[in-house]
Amino acid sequence: MRFTPHTAAERAAMLDALGFSEVMDLFADLPAEVRLGRDLNLPLGMPELELDRHVRSLADKNRHLGQMPSFLGAGAYDRFIPAAVSEILRRTEFYTSYTPYQPEVSQGTLQAIWEFQSLVAALYEMDVAQASLYDGATAAAEAMMVAVAETGRQGVVVARSVDPQVRSVIRTYAQGRSLQITELALDEDRCDLLELDRLLTDQVAVLIVQQPSFLGAIEPVAEMVESAHRVGALAVVIADPIAHAWLKPPGAYGADLAVGEGQGLGVAPSFGGPYVGLMAARQGLVRRLPGRIVGRTVDVDEKPGFVLTLQTREQHIRRQRATSNICTNQGLIALAATVYMSLVGPEGLRQVALLSHEGAEDLKGRLLAIPGVTALGPAKTFYEFAIRLPKDAREVNRRLLADGFIGGYALAADYPELGAGSWLLAVTEKRTKDEIAAFAKAVADAL
Amino acid sequence: MTIFDASRPGRRGVELPAAKTSTPAGLAEGELRRDLAWPELSEPEVIRHFVGLSRKNHAIDVGFYPLGSCTMKYNPKINEEMARLPGFAALHPLQPEETVQGALQLMWELQRDLAEITGMDRVSLQPAAGAQGEQTGVLMIKAYHRARQDLERTEVLIPDAAHGTNPATASLAGFDVVEVASDKRGGVDLEALKAKLGPKTAAVMLTNPSTLGLFEDNIVEIARLTHEAGGLLYYDGANLNAILGKCRPGDTGFDVVHVNLHKTFSTPHGGGGPGSGPVGVKEHLAPFLPGPTVGQDESGFHLVVGGPQSIGRMRSFYGNFGMHLRAYTYIRALGKDGLTTVAEDAVLNANYLLHLLKDRLTVPYERLAKHEFVVSLPKAIKEQTGVRTLDVAKRLLDFGVHSPTVYFPLIVDEAMMIEPTETESKETLEAFAAIVGTVLDEAVRDPEMVKTAPHTTPVRRLDEARAARQPDLRYRPQ
Repeated sequence: MRFTPHTAAERAAMLDALGFSEVMDLFADLPAEVRLGRDLNLPLGMPELELDRHVRSLADKNRHLGQMPSFLGAGAYDRFIPAAVSEILRRTEFYTSYTPYQPEVSQGTLQAIWEFQSLVAALYEMDVAQASLYDGATAAAEAMMVAVAETGRQGVVVARSVDPQVRSVIRTYAQGRSLQITELALDEDRCDLLELDRLLTDQVAVLIVQQPSFLGAIEPVAEMVESAHRVGALAVVIADPIAHAWLKPPGAYGADLAVGEGQGLGVAPSFGGPYVGLMAARQGLVRRLPGRIVGRTVDVDEKPGFVLTLQTREQHIRRQRATSNICTNQGLIALAATVYMSLVGPEGLRQVALLSHEGAEDLKGRLLAIPGVTALGPAKTFYEFAIRLPKDAREVNRRLLADGFIGGYALAADYPELGAGSWLLAVTEKRTKDEIAAFAKAVADAL
Repeated sequence: MTIFDASRPGRRGVELPAAKTSTPAGLAEGELRRDLAWPELSEPEVIRHFVGLSRKNHAIDVGFYPLGSCTMKYNPKINEEMARLPGFAALHPLQPEETVQGALQLMWELQRDLAEITGMDRVSLQPAAGAQGEQTGVLMIKAYHRARQDLERTEVLIPDAAHGTNPATASLAGFDVVEVASDKRGGVDLEALKAKLGPKTAAVMLTNPSTLGLFEDNIVEIARLTHEAGGLLYYDGANLNAILGKCRPGDTGFDVVHVNLHKTFSTPHGGGGPGSGPVGVKEHLAPFLPGPTVGQDESGFHLVVGGPQSIGRMRSFYGNFGMHLRAYTYIRALGKDGLTTVAEDAVLNANYLLHLLKDRLTVPYERLAKHEFVVSLPKAIKEQTGVRTLDVAKRLLDFGVHSPTVYFPLIVDEAMMIEPTETESKETLEAFAAIVGTVLDEAVRDPEMVKTAPHTTPVRRLDEARAARQPDLRYRPQ
């Protein structure tokens, strides 16, 4: 076996040193009734040459984004990843290390996390950020738990325009603590602000909104945050990092927590994961944050260095009184985002977002010019937008696939009220003008 | 030097095609941000910065990493190669099913293989990490009791040796945590367990082998008692590496398990993540599994959403697919023969290293170890020299090895928890034992050397009190 070094002679010598004659002696403490007593029902191991061929054959059964221009977003995006990001992720000193329990030999990981925290806090213009969470959905759910702990209230208002998967995860996390979740309805393609005022009571711990929304709409978040604060609730804004190259950041209008999915920041779509959840907060909430936080300090020689800090929030110290059960962070994926943010810098991120926005506006104009295609509502959008087709969006997607395109997200399964023709499209910086034009033509043909 | 200090206005690390406009059309001034305080660097500067950081890390590929309970085994390189194939890495999770049949097949086979390895009936790959696997399992247990209108079960019983995530998870799921003492042999104290089991018991959470590295040989009795009281038995898969192909949790009475793909199945720890914590259940818990899972019929593989009793989603999409892919590659590389060898060599290595160290360190439980073992710094050394386990751990770093997990489990004083894993050679184990011997000699001869260690690492002991008292959690321009 190529990953274990022992030869038969070495095994024998080691067993002999232990006073054993055979390997099974090492398992003498397993009662007979619990021993498996047969081989596992799995194939035999494969040499690397065969294994490589086998796993590639599975990859070859898929059709990937490099083979078909995609206009699908809905929470995961086909964005450009600079080669330098991938190169750093292959550093085995990063990917074969573990969570920094011994800071003296983990300064690389610790400093990278501290830089990640700094970049995320700057992006959202919040006071502090933590070391990352599993993904955007769990970051939103954890933010809800922070607000519940901070306010001592049980009510949660979640905008219906929040990603349906995120709402689902929020509901799962809420089961444990019996929280009451209410959905804030849509008014055409944006949050219903009159309804919001009815839902916000002094029982509400938190309002959760998404900017831009799942439907792509730029929401009146500043007003909504203010409404939440009026009843003493906290406001959590799920903020897309790419669109926020341009959009006013949550810290600028008083959000208590800003969270987001970091996949767009240099992380491959990889069929849904691993991704990375971003979380930033105002200073007053730092001791309620879930997960790891890295702080800068000095060593005994006054040399600057980094350590895990404020650990009395965490499960390994506080056990059942911890702020969360999360054990580490999303290490390597947070590193990918850190390298990406460092490479693109402020200008690069603005340009990624602007190119995506221009492409989306171009596509939106072309699609809305097709007879029977209408906008969902009056909202401004950034790089993702929803429209209504005169046909079932799933059927249109099937036609487009036959033409070699991955179409948009058919919204009706999550939003039956929007109708079978409702369709969500995303354009990233990777889509060329020709692809956009060809796609618009294919849509027109499919209708 | 941080990446912010290296910034020079105007430098660019990425060039993109030119945009036609200079600001997003149609957005009002009030909707736009003023600036974005990120650093500006060229590509070579970014590369040097992060390569420089990487060199300040200890890692498995650099040297021995016997961090107990973490299973720091070698991460095969073929896994990384496969995970980067565009046929996997460039798949959108919401693509039409017919375009992702290979990915779904892989997940379906992995679900089946993990069910076989753990002895469970059904598996969901969705949980993003071990702690989230626990959360999934405990929420399913809660839903199970609720579905049976068995509404008074408010307690989860957890051994005092358990990992901190167990009580944190139970609490997050809304249960009261009841601690169960360990007996003199390091196992669950059956009398204490009996006294605490009752009509309020929702579940008992166990790790087997335990965090002491000992096989819970009363497991069948524990399962019987738990089930008699109406509770369910939860298996924390942190230590599954020790029993692969030898014993299956499902056959010893567990109702739900989680598996850490980043421990047992070689997916890289990544400096703290991403992990992956699939859960397996017996048939009676299957209706509560989070969806989607992958099913198969004559037309191919399909994503199957959770049924009406499902606890719902644990995270977005289907879990950490990139980790599923690496674990799958590992399981296929090893097969049934190789996986059994993993358990055998992991246990052989732990016992051999314990044998090499047992005359120098205090062994609290003189039993056969499984994949890891717990030892303490001898009291005499501590009393005579003032040297503590922490100091020994720090001094080990000077010799190019990582220290064991220290001060855990909490029930052993001055604990060092050592897990060598199966991928280490006999010479590495012997060299480590020799280093420990050297450090212990030094503790007596020159205690200051040990108490002020480490001396040769990129930084020396850090002021953690100052970090907590004056939190400096992000870059701020001077």
